Amino acid sequence: MEKYLYIALFAPLLGSLTAALFGARPKTLFTGLWTSGLLAVSWISSILLFLHVYADPSANVVHVKMMDWISAGNLSIPFGFVVDQVSVTMMIVVTTVSTMVHVYAIGYMSHDKGFNRFFSWLSAFVFSMMILVMSDNFAGLFIGWEGVGLCSWGLIGFWYHKQSATWAANEAFIMNRIADLGMLIGIFLIYWNTGTLQYNEAFAAMPNLEHTLLITIGSFLFVGAMGKSAQFPLHTWLADAMEGPTPVSALIHAATMVTAGVYLVIRANPLYDLIPEVGYVIASLGAFVAMFAATMALVNRDIKRIIAYSTLSQLGYMFVAAGLGAYWVALFHLMTHAFFKALLFLGAGNVMHAMDDELDPFKMGGLYKVMKPTAILMILASVALAGIYPFAGFFSKDKILEVAFNGDHYILWGVLWVTAGLTAFYSFRLIMLTFFGDERYKKLGFHPHEAYPYMLWAMAPLAVLAAIAGFFEHAFVDFVTTLLPSYEFHTHHVEMILIAVTSTIAILGIATAVIIYKNGMLHPKWMERPCYKLFTNQYYIPQFYDAVFSKPYKELSIIFWKQIDMKIVDATVDLIANTFFNIGKDTRGVQSGNLSIMLRWMALGVTMLLTFGLIFVAAATLLG
Amino acid sequence: MFETVAFYLFSVLTITSFVVVVTTKNALYALSSLAAGMILISGFFFLLNADFLGVVQIVVYTGAVMALYAFGMMFFDTTETLRESHANPRVVFVLSGMIAIILVVMLIAPIASTHVSALYPMVEGVGNSEAVGMVLFTKYLIPFEVAAVMLLVAMIGGIVLAGKKMDESLTTSEQGDVK
Amino acid sequence: MITLNHYLVLSGLLFSIGLVGVIKRKNLLMLFFATEIMLNAVNVGFAAISNHYGDLSGQMFAFFIIAIAASEVAVGLGLLILMYKRKSSVDLDTLTTMKG
Repeated sequence: MEKYLYIALFAPLLGSLTAALFGARPKTLFTGLWTSGLLAVSWISSILLFLHVYADPSANVVHVKMMDWISAGNLSIPFGFVVDQVSVTMMIVVTTVSTMVHVYAIGYMSHDKGFNRFFSWLSAFVFSMMILVMSDNFAGLFIGWEGVGLCSWGLIGFWYHKQSATWAANEAFIMNRIADLGMLIGIFLIYWNTGTLQYNEAFAAMPNLEHTLLITIGSFLFVGAMGKSAQFPLHTWLADAMEGPTPVSALIHAATMVTAGVYLVIRANPLYDLIPEVGYVIASLGAFVAMFAATMALVNRDIKRIIAYSTLSQLGYMFVAAGLGAYWVALFHLMTHAFFKALLFLGAGNVMHAMDDELDPFKMGGLYKVMKPTAILMILASVALAGIYPFAGFFSKDKILEVAFNGDHYILWGVLWVTAGLTAFYSFRLIMLTFFGDERYKKLGFHPHEAYPYMLWAMAPLAVLAAIAGFFEHAFVDFVTTLLPSYEFHTHHVEMILIAVTSTIAILGIATAVIIYKNGMLHPKWMERPCYKLFTNQYYIPQFYDAVFSKPYKELSIIFWKQIDMKIVDATVDLIANTFFNIGKDTRGVQSGNLSIMLRWMALGVTMLLTFGLIFVAAATLLG
Repeated sequence: MFETVAFYLFSVLTITSFVVVVTTKNALYALSSLAAGMILISGFFFLLNADFLGVVQIVVYTGAVMALYAFGMMFFDTTETLRESHANPRVVFVLSGMIAIILVVMLIAPIASTHVSALYPMVEGVGNSEAVGMVLFTKYLIPFEVAAVMLLVAMIGGIVLAGKKMDESLTTSEQGDVK
Repeated sequence: MITLNHYLVLSGLLFSIGLVGVIKRKNLLMLFFATEIMLNAVNVGFAAISNHYGDLSGQMFAFFIIAIAASEVAVGLGLLILMYKRKSSVDLDTLTTMKG
C-alpha cells in the first residue's frame, strides 16, 4: 500500500519535471498527454488508497516516514506522510479535479505558446497540494503550503507579458506571504510548547497547555488559513487571480489551493475543539465573508469574477462549519463545492474561448443555441451551487445551515440564509445573461462555437459527481467521523422546516434572476444607486489597501533606498574604495620622474633612518 | 694651540665656501667656491697627519675634477643667472635642518670606544707616504688594481660618450677621405 | 683641544650642506657640485677617525673614495653633455618624461 502512496505523491512531480524539459519549446502535445496520464495514475492510486482505508478505517491508515529531513538536537522533522480519512478525501478531490482540468487544458491551451510550461506548473501545483494534504507534520504542511503559493503565482502570472497578470500574481503571493507569517508563528509556538511538529504528538500534548496559549496558536494558524482561503481582509487577491488561464482558476481557486485553509482548520480540529471561542470568531468571519462576497458578485460584469466571488462566499460557509466544530460538514462541503465550482469555471472557460476571451456577460446572451452542452453543464453546476435537491450542494449547504441553527447561532444562520438566496440569484443571473435573452454578441461581431468534444468529456465526470455526490453523505459521515469528531445535531424536529425554508429562498433567488434577466440587462437607473457603486468597486477595499499600505510602503522603500542605501551604505563602501584610490593617487607623486623630487624623498628616508638609529642607540645605552 | 686656530679657521672658511656653492645663483661663483673648498679640505688632511691624502686631494680633486667641471661649464652660458623654480622652499631647509641636527647630536656624544684596535697601525718613524705606499701595494693591492680598471673604463666611457664621428677610423682611412 | 668629535661634527655639517645643495638645486651641474661636497665631507670624517685610532684604514678608504669620485665625474659629465645635446637643457624640471 505504501507504494501507492508514493505513486500518488510523486507521479505529478514526474510529470512536471518532464514537462519542464520542454518548457522553452513550442507546443508539444506529448506534454499535455503525459502529465494528464501521470495524473490519472495518481488518481487511480488515490482511489486504491481510499478503498484500502475505507475497508477498515481505524487499522488501515497508511503512515510512512520517507526520510529524515531535519535532525538537529531535540528537533526532529521527518518527511512523513499519512493517508488517513481526511487526507484520502482531500487526495481524491484534488486528483479528480486535477485530472479533469489537465485534460480540459489540453484543449483550452492548445493555441498558447506556453503550452508545455503550463503543464509543468500545473503538475507541480498538484504535487505541492498532495504534499500539503498528505504530510503528517506541520513542517511538511508548510512546505506544501509554500509550494502551492509558488505554483499559484506562476500560474496566475502565466501570461507574464501582461502587466495586470504579473501584478495579480504578485498580489496573491505577497498577501499569502503576509498570512504565512502568522502561520509560521503558530507553528513555532506549537513546536516551542510541545517539542514536536508531528500532528498526533502535538495534538496529544495540547490539552496540557494553558488556554491563552492555545488561543494564540489557534489564532495564528487561522491567520495563515485566512491568507490561503482569502478570508477578509486578505481576500482581494482571489478576484484578481482571475487573470490566470481558466483551468488555473478551476483547479486552484475553486477546488484545491483555497481549500487548504479549511483543510488546516479541519486537520487541527483537536486544537480548535479546545478553544471554541476562536472557533466562534472563525465562524463569524466566515459568515461575514459569505455575505460580503455574495453582494459583490451580484453586480459584477466579469463572468470569472462572479464565480470567484462565489468561491469566496462558499469558503465562508466552510469556515462557518469548521469554526462551529462540525468538521466533517466542512469537509463534505469542500468536496462537493470542488466539483461543481470547478465545473462552473471550466464552463466559463468554454464561453470565454467561444467569445474570444470576452468576459463581460452583458456582451453575451443567447449562447444556449450555440453551446448547448456547455450551457447544460453550467446550469447543472449552478443548480448544485444554489443548493437545490437532489444535487450535491443541497446536502452540504443545508447541513451547514443546520449546524448554525443547531448551536443557537441564529444571527449566523440568518446571514447564511440570506446569502443562500443571493447565491442562487447571482448564479442564475450569470446563466441568464450568458445563455439566454437577446443575442447581444451578434451586434459586436463575435462568432462563438462549442468547445472540443474531449473538453466536454473532461467536464462530464465533474458534472456527474456534482449531481450524485450528495447521496454519499451517510457513507461519508461514517467514514470520516472515525477520525474527526462527530457533531451532535439537536435539531431533528425542525430539520424538515429548515430544509423547506432554505430551499424556498434558493428557488426564490433563481426565480427572481430568471425574471429580471430574461430580457437582458438591468435598468440603468439601478447603476446609480450608492449600494451598486459600493458593490461594483468591491467596497473600495482595493483602493483603501493601495492608499494605506501600498503607497506608504512604497514611499518608505524609496526613503530607504535613497537615504539609507545610497547615502549610507553605498557611501560607506564608496568611501573605502575612494580612500584607497586617493591614497594611490596622492602617493603617485613619489615617483614623479623628477630627479629633484626623488632626491627629496631620499633625504626624507635618510632622516627617518637616522632618527630611528638615534633613538635605538640612545635606548640601548640608557637601558643596557 | 696651532691646531685649534687652524682648525677653526679652516672650518669657517670651508663652511662658507660650500654654502656659497650651494646657494649662489651664479654658476661661475659656484665653481670657484667649490675649488676653494677643495683646497681648504686638503688643509684638514694635513692637519690630520694624512700628508699623502692631502696632496692627492689637491692634485686629483682640485686639479683634475675641477678642471673637468670647468670644461663642462663651457657648454653653458655662464653669464646668465640660474633660474630655479622651487615648489616648496621650506621643505628643503626643514629636511636638511633635521638631518644636520640629528647628525650633530649623534656625533657630539662621546662615542670613542676602547675596544677598537688598529688594523693597519701607523708606525712611528715612518713617513705617511711611505706607510701609505706599503699598505696600498700589499694589503690593498686588489682594490688598487680594480680601481685602476675602473678608471680605465671611465676614461673610455667618457671618450665614447662625448666623441663625434666614431664610425670612421682616422688611421685606416686614406688621407683624402678625411674631411 | 680639538678632539675627534670636533672633526666629526664638522664632517656632519659639511655633509648636510651638501645635502641641502642636492635637494635644492635644479641645475644638473650644480647637483654634481653638491655631490662633490658630500664626498669631501665623508673624506674628512674618515681621515679624522684614522688619525684618532692610529689606523691607516681610514686613509685608504678616503683614497679610494677620491678615485671613485674622479671616475664618476668623468662619466657623469659625459652623460650630461650628451643629454644637453639631446634636450638643450639641464634643468631637472624640464627633463621629466614620466607623467607622474
